[in-house]
Amino acid sequence: MNMLTQPGFDVARIRQDFPILGEKIRGKDLVFLDSAASAQKPRVVIDAMLHAMEHQYANVHRGLHWMSERTTEAYEAVRDALATLLNAPDRSHIVITHSSTEAMNLVAHSYGRGILKPGQAVVISEMEHHANLVPWQMLRDAHGIELRIAPITDDGELDMAAYEALLADRRVGLVSITHMSNVLGTYTPAERIIALAHEYGAKAMLDGSQSVVHRAVDVQALDVDFFALTGHKLYGPTGIGALYAKRELLDAMPPFMGGGDMIRSVSFERTTWNDAPYKFEAGTPAILEGIGLKAAIDYVQSIGFPAIAAHERALTEHALARLSAIDGVSVMGRAQDRGGVVSFTLEGAHAHDVATLLDRQGIAVRAGLHCAEPLMRRMGVDSASRASFAAYTTLGEIDALADSLIRIREFFR
Amino acid sequence: MFEDLRALYQDAIMQRSRSPKHGTRLAVFDAEARGDNPMCGDRVHVFLRHAGDVVAELGFEARGCAISIASADLMAEAVAGQSHARITEIIAAVNEAVRSGELPDPELAALKPLAAVHEAKSRLKCATLPWGALQSALAAQRSVQP
Repeated sequence: MNMLTQPGFDVARIRQDFPILGEKIRGKDLVFLDSAASAQKPRVVIDAMLHAMEHQYANVHRGLHWMSERTTEAYEAVRDALATLLNAPDRSHIVITHSSTEAMNLVAHSYGRGILKPGQAVVISEMEHHANLVPWQMLRDAHGIELRIAPITDDGELDMAAYEALLADRRVGLVSITHMSNVLGTYTPAERIIALAHEYGAKAMLDGSQSVVHRAVDVQALDVDFFALTGHKLYGPTGIGALYAKRELLDAMPPFMGGGDMIRSVSFERTTWNDAPYKFEAGTPAILEGIGLKAAIDYVQSIGFPAIAAHERALTEHALARLSAIDGVSVMGRAQDRGGVVSFTLEGAHAHDVATLLDRQGIAVRAGLHCAEPLMRRMGVDSASRASFAAYTTLGEIDALADSLIRIREFFR
Repeated sequence: MFEDLRALYQDAIMQRSRSPKHGTRLAVFDAEARGDNPMCGDRVHVFLRHAGDVVAELGFEARGCAISIASADLMAEAVAGQSHARITEIIAAVNEAVRSGELPDPELAALKPLAAVHEAKSRLKCATLPWGALQSALAAQRSVQP
């Protein structure tokens, strides 16, 4: 199997870190090309969570005993790891959530209802995941906010002139755009998007669910106001995500949910809030998942983003070349700057049928609307298959996909 | 290659999905309903025309995979001329067949290809989508009856 995408990047050794990659599917080697939906977990993540459950577990932030103190320390380490990962000024900028969906809902609810005024507008793009669309529709309907949709080009890139035109009347309070499309793989020009938003007096949020997995993110260099991410795509567990936000915004925003951890004092008459970021963290957090995510971030950083990005660039180029060469296969999007996600259709075969046949070869892809129904409609596609890549993906796996697609094309002829 | 999928993608399914016989909106209909699989994007719109107590004709418009389209097309033939009570039995039999792979009712032999879906659990909802829409159409029709 062709393994080498760059000198010194030993994907065979990386694969050994992921126990599940040794599994067989109906007697065939697992070819897991669905990491953009959820990535597999390295041994260090599994071990960290197991170790906590076996040796060091109690509730956090409230116990006065040894176990609680140690667990609090282990859990809170994820906040520092996230701050380092994103180059946040310090840990108080990191709100821990249960997902990037929750992070964006937090902003839509707390910043949207608390700070934005009826009559102001929010700008999103045509290539958003439903998680960065539906919360704004809910805000629009509940709070009188106008929702504006920035178009994309046929190549699958943000139409920057049209985007700027949406900002021109200076009524836009917030721009919320994906940093990397989960369908097209497009990296959006985040610096320009944010700079333009600021120029016209708007704040800017990036949906980093996909981007943070593949490239180094520097929230200070981007000057982004909010950045949402999720843990399970970043080789960590499900049920944990984070919101980075500028501190003055967090201080100004009202709480999102009520409960434990987010309060300072409570009486039946009134309650006062804890300081940010805890003001936004109600209830017992995802303790084990936080410990797991900390291990995942350490793992990713031990490989290093320059190496991961170069590996995935080589995989993506190989996939684009192989798939485009297959008669009947159409790849969605032609963005100049794209990450390790390739969606495609096969003439004469519906994406579900393609996925079922690929599955019989042990090849796991996603098929359907990819939680981005308006984007699919914009691209004129009912349903597409998606192959997505991770640090453990090999060139040989992409060849297996391409070879299998050729056989599937024959099957449906 | 793909030998184990020949049962699922047998000729009955492939032909009906490529050129369904009943894949059109009825010119005259007295009941209709839509079905959606939001996670995958399959969509079906079922139209019924009644003659007295029985469904005289079923047509549909659909976008979706081979299995959902073929299932809708087989459904159209299975329910034509049947009473609501019998159709309710047929729907139950199909729901059971896609889960177990068994379709014991000999009168429903034409629907047997759908039972192969039980081998592919993630595709159950493709096969059952049109039947769910049919159920909604029957319920809607009943609710407007005096």
